[in-house]
Amino acid sequence: MAVSAPPVYNRLSLRQRLALRGIDGVTILVLPAVLFLLAVFVYPFIYGLVLSFTPKEGGIFANYQKFFSDPFLYDTILTTLWLAVPVTVISIALALPIAFRVRLMTRQRLLTTILVLPVTLGTVLVAEGLLNYLGPQGWFSRTLMLLGMIDRPLKLTNNYWGVFSSLIITGFPFTFLLTLSYVTGIDPALEQAAATHGAKSWQRFRFVLLPLLIPGLAIAFCLSFVQAFAVFPSAVLLGAPAGPTRVISIAAYQAAFEQYDYSMASAIAMIMATVQLTIVVAILAIRNLFYRGSTAGGKG
Amino acid sequence: MLLASSPFQEIRLDRMSRAFGSHNALKDVSLSIRKGEFIALLGPSGCGKSTALNCIAGLLATTGGGIFIDDKRIDTLKPEDRGFGMVFQNYALFPHMTVRQNIGFGLKMRNVAKAEADKRVEEALNLVRLQGQGHKLPGQLSGGQQQRVAIARAIVIEPPLVLMDEPLSNLDAKLRLEMRAEIRRIHNQLGATTIYVTHDQDEALSLADRIVVLRDGEIRQVGAPSDLYERPDHLDVAEFMGYRNRLTGKVVSVDGARVSVSVGKATLSGTARDSLKIGDAAVVAARADDVEAGQRSEHTVEAVVETIEYRGREFVGTARTAEGLELVFHAPQTAALGSSIWLAIDPARALAFAA
Repeated sequence: MAVSAPPVYNRLSLRQRLALRGIDGVTILVLPAVLFLLAVFVYPFIYGLVLSFTPKEGGIFANYQKFFSDPFLYDTILTTLWLAVPVTVISIALALPIAFRVRLMTRQRLLTTILVLPVTLGTVLVAEGLLNYLGPQGWFSRTLMLLGMIDRPLKLTNNYWGVFSSLIITGFPFTFLLTLSYVTGIDPALEQAAATHGAKSWQRFRFVLLPLLIPGLAIAFCLSFVQAFAVFPSAVLLGAPAGPTRVISIAAYQAAFEQYDYSMASAIAMIMATVQLTIVVAILAIRNLFYRGSTAGGKG
Repeated sequence: MLLASSPFQEIRLDRMSRAFGSHNALKDVSLSIRKGEFIALLGPSGCGKSTALNCIAGLLATTGGGIFIDDKRIDTLKPEDRGFGMVFQNYALFPHMTVRQNIGFGLKMRNVAKAEADKRVEEALNLVRLQGQGHKLPGQLSGGQQQRVAIARAIVIEPPLVLMDEPLSNLDAKLRLEMRAEIRRIHNQLGATTIYVTHDQDEALSLADRIVVLRDGEIRQVGAPSDLYERPDHLDVAEFMGYRNRLTGKVVSVDGARVSVSVGKATLSGTARDSLKIGDAAVVAARADDVEAGQRSEHTVEAVVETIEYRGREFVGTARTAEGLELVFHAPQTAALGSSIWLAIDPARALAFAA
């Protein structure tokens, strides 16, 4: 008995083959974004990188040699870290318990609105406000003196603490909202399960909630840190920009607009980027050591 | 594991109540549960069965009454101090812990020594037949396996009471039957006192020693599965137990527990479950299995066949009477759709309730 050969269907059209690789007509929509990124990010970055290696005088590494041989310049890295790291850690440490409380509230939106307000005000307005509020004649010191807790006004502006508090005020809402979204993303049944099986509240936090939150907190840390590391207006307005709060962006600003050395300014910007990138990569590497999957307790 | 050795005799709910604002989700629920009993809380959604379970677990505060283990009042304790085990509807396994860590969680919280804890976790893994799966994360397991882990986690702490909140409702039909048998087997083996919440009467009938039917936050009936199945006290319990045919009429004769009710042109008889006298409005309730096509007589109801479903060895059909009432009946062979038939209700199996 003759058996006829089955028909062969291996001739796919180009469109079908592209579709199998996940490329279809909609993919073209990504082009404007790619062009935008190339124009406003990739090109300026490469331009700045090349510029940083073409100093006014000296060899191609002259700018970097200058930066790392002058304590007035390289100290700005530590100064900035000394602001950005504590601010980030304290923001997260504050955000976490508040997020745990807010998670249970019914009027979440009101509180969220209040907390988001400082973001919308902008750093300059907050800095101006703090100058008045925390200044030697401000309400803060006057209230404490009225209560007899201090004898003379606390020095809280034009130094480290002025910049610190301004960074907390403008950075906290952002950190908080991120943290809140991670906290509310954890299935409440997990905490209930932990409680019924005998875990006290700190044990529930330590063994169930915290391990599930760490990946999210790492992301929140990175974003808040990068934001704080780029501090500029409040370091100038509320700090001591010649001394204890001479942050790295001030050094870059001075190179560019006071000494008109764009090449040096680019080099400082590159160093700033490298420091941020190192910290972010380190945090993300640590994050990879933890469980990063779903925070649901099963099929829901 | 020796769950049966937990030193208590009974768990007692004494007028336990829970109100949400002005809405009473649970009204004066009183029940006493003997050690080793398997109790099913059965009811439609919104009847308060999950509220009751959460109150017993301590996840929800009661707003009235008390919960006692023998004479010790426990409704004032936090959930972690009650020492119960609980199986959640969505399993609620800790996704970042291995199966072994999940099962051992309660033991770790109780500071059980490592060697002892490892031994008990291993026993629990064997009990739920998950040998060799201990190193996996819950996400790597199937739904049925996850539910086994959840059961193991609840029983490994040898709690005086195991609470199960619709544990099978997320599983597919075949797995549900398997896990039902599994839960029964584990209960037979350990004898753990269990409260099992479900809306599925088949689950309740096959698993429970006693079934508690809840409706609108109140207990309607408590009894052995066969009691509820054959002798429901209320019409709504009967409805829940599969008495899908309900015909309303007037009582025409009473002979002890036997009553005859005239429904339309027919006279139907059954066993009275309420005290009925001649002239009372009454409902005759019957299961599909007890309604069959028969000869035209004064004891049969005329109806037009609307649907016929094939059920393997038999057919189940629906037919509508001239009054618009839908009846469900059992048919040994298929019947023509749209044809008129006369349905007889087995008087030995039909029940009559006050309307």
